[in-house]
Amino acid sequence: MKRIYSIIVENHAGVLSRIANLFSARGYNIESLSVAPINEEGLSRMTIVTEGNEQVLEQIGKQLNKLIDVIKVIQFGEEPYVEREMALIKMHTDMNTRAEVLRIVDIFRGKVVDVSHDSYTIEVTGDSDKIDAILSLLEPLGIKELARTGKVAMIREKKR
Amino acid sequence: MKLTGAEIFIESLKKEGVEYLFGIPGGAIIDLHDALYRQDDIKFILTRHEQAAVHMADGYARATGKPGVVLVTSGPGATNTLTGLATAYMDSVPIVVFTGQVPTPLIGNDAFQEADIVGMSRPCTKYNFLVKDVNDLAITIKKAFHIATTGRPGPVLIDFPKDVQVAKAEFKYPETIHIRGYNPTYHGNPKQIRKVVKAITSAKKPLLYVGGGAIISGAHEEIYKLAKKLQIPVFTTLMGIGAFPEDDELSLGMAGMHGTYRANMAIQYCDLLISIGARFDDRVTGKVSDFAPYAKIVHIDIDPTSISKNIKVDYPLVGDAKLVLQEMLPLFDEYSSVDWKEVRKPWLEQIEKWKNEHKLAYDMQTDEIKPQYVIEKLAELTKDEDPIISTEVGQHQMWVAQFYTFKKPRRLLTSGGLGTMGYGFPAGIGAKFGFEDKPVYVIAGDGSFQMNEQELATIVAYNKAVKTIILNNGYLGMVRQWQQLFYGRRYANTNIEVQPDFVKLAESYGIKARRIRKKEEVEDALRELVAYKGPYLLDVIIAREENVYPMVPAGASLNNMLLT
Repeated sequence: MKRIYSIIVENHAGVLSRIANLFSARGYNIESLSVAPINEEGLSRMTIVTEGNEQVLEQIGKQLNKLIDVIKVIQFGEEPYVEREMALIKMHTDMNTRAEVLRIVDIFRGKVVDVSHDSYTIEVTGDSDKIDAILSLLEPLGIKELARTGKVAMIREKKR
Repeated sequence: MKLTGAEIFIESLKKEGVEYLFGIPGGAIIDLHDALYRQDDIKFILTRHEQAAVHMADGYARATGKPGVVLVTSGPGATNTLTGLATAYMDSVPIVVFTGQVPTPLIGNDAFQEADIVGMSRPCTKYNFLVKDVNDLAITIKKAFHIATTGRPGPVLIDFPKDVQVAKAEFKYPETIHIRGYNPTYHGNPKQIRKVVKAITSAKKPLLYVGGGAIISGAHEEIYKLAKKLQIPVFTTLMGIGAFPEDDELSLGMAGMHGTYRANMAIQYCDLLISIGARFDDRVTGKVSDFAPYAKIVHIDIDPTSISKNIKVDYPLVGDAKLVLQEMLPLFDEYSSVDWKEVRKPWLEQIEKWKNEHKLAYDMQTDEIKPQYVIEKLAELTKDEDPIISTEVGQHQMWVAQFYTFKKPRRLLTSGGLGTMGYGFPAGIGAKFGFEDKPVYVIAGDGSFQMNEQELATIVAYNKAVKTIILNNGYLGMVRQWQQLFYGRRYANTNIEVQPDFVKLAESYGIKARRIRKKEEVEDALRELVAYKGPYLLDVIIAREENVYPMVPAGASLNNMLLT
């Protein structure tokens, strides 16, 4: 079972190491991790995607809460939430593939952010399934380099 | 007026009421020692190894309940503290360790005696700090003591660079502190408490499972009231020994791998297991899937991560053991018309039967000295003096747990979680600093004692009447026992017959010592040891291949005990 944890942490040295250690010391794997400061001074948000059975995930949640540098832990699951990931994809292109790559980028509402004689660099945003989908289409056309941000997520506001 | 970092360090420790610092000086903390030299309030206890310094602070903390404090230098001084930190972390002992560090501009340059102690100690401390700015020093020390002593206690380390020790700042020690990510839960959830009360009052075969957390929170009186009022039998873990008087009729002693027959059987047949400040360690549970198969489980613990970690719990109750029980006890008043002795009769009779079936025993018909006999005799000779007993780790540790009758909390110092050989001797010394007037006995094996024997110098230097009994079998006995029982008697690397003459060793430090080999010498030697004013070492040559029984083999279920 996969789970996304969104964690508000103190933004100082050693915090990332404490969180990483929490996972590694127990043999849990981090599938993706993203960190950046939030609008409140001195705090950052970490989004971690991990996998495990119910008991492991419960332990991870408790262990995260126990860390002194962790202010708040949000687990995504039951409530509706929005998740996004961004990917930069550098494509080998030639006369034969340029049009096809552009078509795919267009369908996925991606953007070409850099061009050279034999390459495109594409930016695409969406949930992870969408990123996976465009990658599987681009793969046969020649992916040169790939960078994914890992997920970020937020709970949806209640609709009236 | 501005003070130097070193002076702020001293003033802050005074505010925290620190009496003793254990450690060894070095290049990166000369300034702190210079400041210590110029004052009389805090006494520095010079040890012979930094690991021992941490164990001393740990023993002091376990015996007194106050935080133990350590000061060591950078690099090797700091890395030598790691075993002590891990020991204290596993057993939730409040200690604060200050390590010197190279000057901040040199950090990361592989400078002389530089070690990334903050990185290394992160997994074995509750929290740690690197102080980069002298203006943050006082508040960091305040935070360190707060974190070490509150919630589930534990060790905290402060890395203190040399340039910060000489830099100056205004000294202002905060009265209170708030750390936004650190809010331990102390009070129990009232709804959950009522559920537990209902479960306890409707159980037919309830059993109390008391761990080290009960001692840390000081819940022994409340546990006694609960057990007596509702007539619930009690067993403890190794760490919980002393939280319930072992001479009480409701006491089943210690459970687990080397626990009593009665306690292990009670676990396997109870219908409600009420755990207070214990964490379902594998040495207690044996095979998890067979543990307490008929029981619903109540788990009272201050650390939410301990709950449902190894065993699925039916009634989790997060909070401080003492407070939760104080909140719970009045709710039993509405059952005051119930005659609990009568209600519990079948269960207590069953337990009485188990008690008489397989008592802790050993062969008494021998000239050799049986280690169990030594412990029993010591218990008998010291029963009125309320001593502190500190043990090393191994067979002798289990014999103490089984054969010494503990009646009060904080009287047994032992490394339960990490199982650190070399812990007991320095920990006993630390306890003696905490209680000048209380007798302290260290029970050691010949293997463990050699891991920190250099501290003989420390007890001489400070004239501490620590009494040490070495149960000497010339083996790393616990491992040898496993080799005998489970590895076809192949005693690989457990024979340690080559060892110092412990009597001469002690005498070379000026410590009175004696060796005995025969059973009839035991009482006389112990009487001499108990009566002697000053440090004393007794080397007891015991039956070489004596084993600890009962024994639940690792990974077996609790009712699979080897009894002899």
